[in-house]
Amino acid sequence: MADEWSSGGEVPSGLEEPPLSTEEEEDATAAPETAVDLAAVAPEVLANSLGEYLQAWRRRIRSGESGALPIVVGLIVIIIFFQVERSRFDSAINLVDLLQQAAVYILLGAAELFALVLSEIDLSVGIMLAVGGWVIAELINSPVNFPWWLAIICGVGVTAAIGYLQGILITRLHVPSFVVTLAFLLLLQGVVLELAAIDKQAVGGVISVSPSSVIFKLVNSNIKPGISWIVLVVVLALFAALSLSRAARRRAQGLSAPPLSITLLTIAVTAIGGILVVYICNLNRGILTPLKGVPWVVPFVGVVLVGYSVLLGRTRLGRYMYAIGGNPEAARRAGINVQGVRRIAFLLAALTAGLAGLVYVSFLGSISTDVDGGTYTLYAVAAAVIGGASLFGGRGKPIHALLGGLVIAIVFNGLALMGISAAGQDIATGIVLLVAATVDALVRRRGAAGAVV
Amino acid sequence: MCDGPFPIREGPVSATETMSTSNNPSTAGPSSSSSNGVPLLALRGVTKRFGPVQALTGVDFELPPAQVTALTGDNGAGKSVTIKTIAGLWPPDEGQLVWEGQPVSFHGPRDSEAAGITTIYQDLALCENLDIVQNMFLGHEELRRGLLDEGSMELTAKKTLADLSVTTIRSIRQPVASLSGGQRQSVSVAKAVMSHAKLVILDEPTAALGVAQTRMVLSLIKRLSSQGVAVMVVSHNLNDVFEVADRIVVLYLGRMVAQGPASEFDAAMVVDYMTTGRSSRTSPTAPADPAAPREG
Repeated sequence: MADEWSSGGEVPSGLEEPPLSTEEEEDATAAPETAVDLAAVAPEVLANSLGEYLQAWRRRIRSGESGALPIVVGLIVIIIFFQVERSRFDSAINLVDLLQQAAVYILLGAAELFALVLSEIDLSVGIMLAVGGWVIAELINSPVNFPWWLAIICGVGVTAAIGYLQGILITRLHVPSFVVTLAFLLLLQGVVLELAAIDKQAVGGVISVSPSSVIFKLVNSNIKPGISWIVLVVVLALFAALSLSRAARRRAQGLSAPPLSITLLTIAVTAIGGILVVYICNLNRGILTPLKGVPWVVPFVGVVLVGYSVLLGRTRLGRYMYAIGGNPEAARRAGINVQGVRRIAFLLAALTAGLAGLVYVSFLGSISTDVDGGTYTLYAVAAAVIGGASLFGGRGKPIHALLGGLVIAIVFNGLALMGISAAGQDIATGIVLLVAATVDALVRRRGAAGAVV
Repeated sequence: MCDGPFPIREGPVSATETMSTSNNPSTAGPSSSSSNGVPLLALRGVTKRFGPVQALTGVDFELPPAQVTALTGDNGAGKSVTIKTIAGLWPPDEGQLVWEGQPVSFHGPRDSEAAGITTIYQDLALCENLDIVQNMFLGHEELRRGLLDEGSMELTAKKTLADLSVTTIRSIRQPVASLSGGQRQSVSVAKAVMSHAKLVILDEPTAALGVAQTRMVLSLIKRLSSQGVAVMVVSHNLNDVFEVADRIVVLYLGRMVAQGPASEFDAAMVVDYMTTGRSSRTSPTAPADPAAPREG
């Protein structure tokens, strides 16, 4: 399931797109009426053939409506750079490492996305990761000894509850989200330290997870190669059938639909990406003993992102989130419970951060009081913004979190392989974020320059 | 042009007259709204105060169905307060709204919308990041198996826009951010039509528009009323008022000073009413002036 997602970053037209709201449309900012008016329209709306489609797409890019293109190009450039610098970068063992590392950043980016779409900010996602991780680790160890699934439900439930509480403070008391979530970042950092001090199991502020537990295996255990191929084929077939039938239905209704060649191209690129990821993961990357297979965390993140894509793109709640991010007053007048949707968004952000905590605990096999909530929060914001979500609200999709999370993981991973220190890695990430934010700002300004009020 | 008896009704000019003239049959001509049955909406002696500020004083007027009524007046005449009272944002302190012959009291925009009144304010309340279909259905999305039914919504939106002859929009899947001011007005109006509004109130619909865009919006308003929807246009642009309005209501310092069919007014008269609250001119078509301005 996740295979298409892990590789999907290289597909500019996106994967789990709601049929009518494409990436390009939501990335659009204001444009003047005449020539550029056409440019603001998603290419599939106007085009009847592949040639027209590409033309419309080029027009959009030239007018500043670049969509996910800069980040995809950036991703490819970074990969080529590390490839040239360090041949080990694309080794099977490293690519699997990369996917495992990226999982935390992707989930954090998705968490922050819920706040960013509403034009809010959530500074507590980093510490929510620690809280979720701590609760899960505490519960599966003695004396509680919960089964793994109950521990996960409790861990994620606790973060979701804290997120909802933040939402209540933000909406009922009208305290800005920046302040409320900053307060919780500090407060919970202290709570985690206190928790570790009370718990006798946490030796030196560290609590470990048994390698035999399902929680540990999420990241560190692999799907059997045969099964992963079967799952991939099923998922790709499902994706192809859905894309084709959706396009056919729209054509039958007399609505515009992307040309068949584009649909087929999207399916083909997705299939190639998925096959590549599964193939590489299924190569033997063991040093002493054979080790192969897709880590469970890949489909896990995939399911979460597909679920969020459906939530944001195909449900009323998602539509209302974008509406509030775009114009809260219009949303209020349309009868939307703006404050209620805001509370749910903070709940979802914290819940997703709790899932990131689960992956974090699984990845390291332990959690310590050293988890720096502030730093992880900033990685979360960076992942979402690098991926293409807007800090100004109303724009951003789960696929942006995927792209942004991959970029951060690749930069860290690649620089580490080159022997560059943590300091250097932070500097590089900072530069990447700056470039991404600059591209976003330039795109906006170019769009706004010709705007008709 | 109408050549019947002079039908312009003048509202109370003095405060002492306010409460006694909630209905003014003596000056109501046969061609006024009451001649074709029950008015869709009637204001009866509506008064609104904000602390020491008397915003509206005994305002009476009627909106007939399927006609365009222009509500005009100088700045501070009470146009905005009037439409916000009708929309239910600010319920009147005194007086009454009569909707389809029944006295009603709206306690919020939801009430007036439920009755069939849609108010389109100058800011239009559109989400720029959403496309036209998404904006038109905002808050009323259609679902299929729990998910948004984009195909059905798109078809309905397309048909609504086509019925209004809105043809300048290239794709209804383009974000509102890429639309011109006039196109945005069209989307707002289409949204109102789709919600089966019986009365659409437009607040200064052409204030920020160029010549071509204004023309487009005015013809849209005419089409709307030809579809049987009552329209109230708030404007102090007299060119627009005379181009589009079937009836004209003039406010002056919170009072209704004149109302009647547009054919009974000319621009100079409306300017007189807007600036001084009375007019000594006669209608371009009226032979006499039975309802000469009364001094307070």
